Amino acid sequence: MGSHAQDHHHGPAKGISRWLFTTNHKDIGSMYLIFSFAMFLIGGAMAMVIRAELFQPGLQIVEPNFFNQMTTMHGLIMVFGAVMPAFVGLANWMLPLMVGAPDMALPRMNNWSFWLLPAAFLMLLSTLFMPGGAPNFGWTFYAPLSTTYGPPSTTFFIFAVHIMGVSSIMGAINVIATILNMRAPGMTLMKMPLFVWTWLITAFLLIAVMPVLAGVVTMMLMDIHFGTSFFDAAGGGDPVLFQHIFWFFGHPEVYIMILPAFGVVSQIIPAFARKPLFGYASMVYAVGAIAILSFLVWAHHMFTVGIPLFGQLFFMYATMLIAVPTGVKVFNWVATMFRGSMTFEAPMLFSVAFVILFTIGGFSGLMLAIAPADFQYHDTYFVVAHFHYVLVPGAIFGIYAAVYYWLPKWTGHMYDEVLAKTHFWMSFVGMNLAFFPMHFLGLAGMPRRIPDYALQFSNFNMISSIGAFMFGLTQLLFLFIVVKCALGGPKAPAKPWEGAEGLEWEVDSPAPYHTFSTPPEIK
Amino acid sequence: MTQPTSNDPRQSNLRVVGWCLAGVVGMFAFGFAMVPLYEKFCEITGINGKTSGRYEMTQAKEADVSRLVEVQFVASNGADMPWQFRPEVETLKVHPGQPVTIRYIAHNVTSRDMVGHAIPSLQPSRGTRFFHKTECFCFQQQPLQAGERVEMPVVFIVDRDLPADIHKLTLSYTMYDQERMPAVSSVEKKTTKTKDNG
Repeated sequence: MGSHAQDHHHGPAKGISRWLFTTNHKDIGSMYLIFSFAMFLIGGAMAMVIRAELFQPGLQIVEPNFFNQMTTMHGLIMVFGAVMPAFVGLANWMLPLMVGAPDMALPRMNNWSFWLLPAAFLMLLSTLFMPGGAPNFGWTFYAPLSTTYGPPSTTFFIFAVHIMGVSSIMGAINVIATILNMRAPGMTLMKMPLFVWTWLITAFLLIAVMPVLAGVVTMMLMDIHFGTSFFDAAGGGDPVLFQHIFWFFGHPEVYIMILPAFGVVSQIIPAFARKPLFGYASMVYAVGAIAILSFLVWAHHMFTVGIPLFGQLFFMYATMLIAVPTGVKVFNWVATMFRGSMTFEAPMLFSVAFVILFTIGGFSGLMLAIAPADFQYHDTYFVVAHFHYVLVPGAIFGIYAAVYYWLPKWTGHMYDEVLAKTHFWMSFVGMNLAFFPMHFLGLAGMPRRIPDYALQFSNFNMISSIGAFMFGLTQLLFLFIVVKCALGGPKAPAKPWEGAEGLEWEVDSPAPYHTFSTPPEIK
Repeated sequence: MTQPTSNDPRQSNLRVVGWCLAGVVGMFAFGFAMVPLYEKFCEITGINGKTSGRYEMTQAKEADVSRLVEVQFVASNGADMPWQFRPEVETLKVHPGQPVTIRYIAHNVTSRDMVGHAIPSLQPSRGTRFFHKTECFCFQQQPLQAGERVEMPVVFIVDRDLPADIHKLTLSYTMYDQERMPAVSSVEKKTTKTKDNG
């Protein structure tokens, strides 16, 4: 299909129709990235509302119900609108370049899967202006809070989830088809860059669990409107069933958000340590093992619902088992850096911070995995601290590292290194200031998702809010850096990083509109 | 998963899309299959406090008079259910193996005819498999006229094989207003006789 299109036109179409009808993986990748950053700012603004309200005890800025809408929408938008589309955007831009393909395998579907997203999120955001307000039941939308007691806008939320699910599934199919069918001759599976590997496995996870998410929201829809009782005890259903189905989706989902970041970091650390990645094969197997194990641990999110002892033990040990392949990865990254000639440009700074801070998040995850201890931590700020440590310096730092690493390839210009390092250090300090005190708050018993708290939590909350404001403001600097780099700057060579490896560095910077029309030679 | 070949790329893409879509449809169906699987799993293992349906005594066993188990009876109302609903006694000490009858009292205090349905649950859930109901008002719906008051019997047997470390069982019923249930499910309920709720 790609070669057919190239015969007829060589550059992008003009005007808005370029973006509406494009089937070019670079255009679509850029749109995904821009969209996800817009969502990141919207979700971030909601986080600012949350932290402003929690700056001091007592209710001062927003109503409790609106506060709940903010926590819910912040979670939904960050997970489905910011992190996931950002990784799909990176996949679109980089996978064809990294495997030596002219485009994604299914370019028209690619266009469609992107344009579903603005529709889904417009619908989701419009619930904020509906009577009764936006969804206010937490991003996990537990029944019956979301069914019997949900606001009327819940139906719109359900359809938005359906649409974004369809989008993710189509994106995943495209990634699989591209990786399996479009690799340049000679690129065997075990020669693929790790970013390609992690995305292949992520795509399989998406295909396995997004339909389950679609199923669970469909059941909610039927409970709300069609008189079924999937989750209503009065009609023979069971609310705990909701949690089982949701977390069967939800746990693989957290790996969907982190595995591509593993891939990014596995590209960047060797480049800036100027050494090949330590233990390539073990990295691939570790990602596979994490993906398989992710299906066997879901009930660790629900230890407190009353799981029998055997179940608690099973899910506790299965969860701890995930630390083994994750540990393999962390040790391999460290071993890659060991005695390397390292330099610390912005992509490397974000990657090194990723390794350290993600490991902290992993350890708090191990603490949460201990079933008897989880009864103390459950639904406290300790959980909030844990998953923000794996998502912010995990997924988000991974995305930032990727953007700085490949920005010269995308724009043809070098970004401003001083500003980028400022962005890194402000983010690093702000993020730790925001989320580290949450560990202490949680251990001391502050529950999550509340707009008010007891006085003894005041100081840590204030520190946390200051850190969050700092982190939030810093992201505007990132926007400035990227815009500045897109508009101009020192000309980037085809391979701007001395130690970087891979096919993407063999094409010019900026990458021409059509690349690898004839497949490259694999050494 | 082999090397990319020079086969028609459209053909191989279609094959991948076909397999992926099959996976998507399969996993969507699996999501729904989790509902009966979960139901069955809970019924077999008794976890989650779900008591099983009507118990048929195959052979009368003698009561184990050496042991006394305390059974506690709890009643509560579902959302917006105005009935008065309570057990006749709050606790009873029984010998395992001995059939016991107790009554729950429901009183429709409103001035309209209503239909209620009680859903049972047992704690600790480990004891669920050893708690048998040979007769229970929870097997049927309860239509009560305005102001009507009924006594509803439960006949149960605590199994002689109840683990020795369980000394107390709590049987709780929640009475739900069936009119609040959407029309579809109450129609179904009349025909299926709510075997899963038993």
